[in-house]
Amino acid sequence: MLHGYALSLLEGAALTLSVAFLSLGIALALGLAGAVAKLSRSRIAQGVALAYTTVIRAVPDLVLMLLVFYGGQMAINSLGERLGWAYIDIDPWIAGVLTIGFIFGAYFTEVLRGAFLAVPAGQKEAAIACGFTPGQVLWRIVGPQMLRHALPGLSNNWLVMIKATAIVSVIGLSDLMNRAAQAAGSTREPFLFYGAAALLYLAFTTLSELGFAWLSNRLAIGTKKASL
Amino acid sequence: MNVQVMWDSLPQYAAGAVTTLQLLVLALAIGLAAALPLAVLRSLPSAWAWRPVWGFTYVIRGTPLLVQLFLLYYGLAQFEVVRASALWPLLKSAWFCAVAAFAINTCAYTTEILHGAIKAVPAGEVEAARALGMGRWQALRRIVLPSALRRCLPAYSNEVVLMLHGTALASVVTLHDLTGVAREVNSVHYLPFEAFITAALCYLLITVVLVGAFQLAERRWLRPFLPRA
Repeated sequence: MLHGYALSLLEGAALTLSVAFLSLGIALALGLAGAVAKLSRSRIAQGVALAYTTVIRAVPDLVLMLLVFYGGQMAINSLGERLGWAYIDIDPWIAGVLTIGFIFGAYFTEVLRGAFLAVPAGQKEAAIACGFTPGQVLWRIVGPQMLRHALPGLSNNWLVMIKATAIVSVIGLSDLMNRAAQAAGSTREPFLFYGAAALLYLAFTTLSELGFAWLSNRLAIGTKKASL
Repeated sequence: MNVQVMWDSLPQYAAGAVTTLQLLVLALAIGLAAALPLAVLRSLPSAWAWRPVWGFTYVIRGTPLLVQLFLLYYGLAQFEVVRASALWPLLKSAWFCAVAAFAINTCAYTTEILHGAIKAVPAGEVEAARALGMGRWQALRRIVLPSALRRCLPAYSNEVVLMLHGTALASVVTLHDLTGVAREVNSVHYLPFEAFITAALCYLLITVVLVGAFQLAERRWLRPFLPRA
């Protein structure tokens, strides 16, 4: 049905997922650091985190990606020239993962900051009074409770992120979009292949939503549900 | 930083900004106009009314904007019927396809935002309107929609900023919007930092203006819902 391109599309889909999951890891780490910085007492940390979230969320992801891909290429090679390295080609996969992770770190910062604030201060105080160390407070008391509040925001951003990975095809990564474009070009049936790509993305987002619904039920164990 | 090149290419960036803003305003206007009746249908109790609308928003919100743009611009040309039709001169233009894809995309998100706002209107207000003898249509026009349109302002301002960022994809289908200009400046001068940072600053400026405008709008129209100071 897909003129033998089904496997190629699936390979592209696997690459898309690899970009999405790795950038999720980077974004979560950056988001956690950003949230901690925004909630810290240090003015400098607050300022850096504020600048990060403001600038990143005000510029389109495509522009940031082109900036990292072409700009990073130039920066690394002008540095390499001084150090006597050979010419380095930035891998579009690395550029894509780093950029998407960096962009969504800003969105995760806001989600996690809100979730931290939603945990009652008494929980943390009680844990400290019981002799927990700061690391234990984060890992055993505030963290699990915060996750429950963060989940809706995280799930929204994850869905946006899967869809945002489509733009890595613009810098030449052979992801799902790129494979669909190749197949469309050689068979002259673009509607078929972009339609197939659309269905695959739809499958990913649907599965994610089901997963998040299950997770949110699990994390809500022990909470009271009030209904009007 | 080669400031001279940035300065010299400012007229191009200005032209690109005009294209970006045209795409944005047209897409938002069409999207909002279509989203209003769709959101009302989406909020009706009859499954025949809300299911098709929900299906439309689900598919559009579940797929990347880039795929939607490619389906319209490249995909439709696959069919002989489309190429022979009277609409072909429009459908083969990148500009028209970009506006159409952006409008459809923002329409789906706006429909869901408005639906949420309509649902948030207290049941008592609707019951009071009906008790005063208003018909369904009258209550919708006079009570529900004015309140829902105010309530949706904060969420809609997010959607507007996201749509602004979405218009950057127009550069992928050969349009010379802000991002398209930046890509051209980069390929002519090979100055990626200057080219893309100039574009980023333009987007930052537009975003700041949009956010400010929505803050003013919220101060004017959202006041009835805010706690009294």
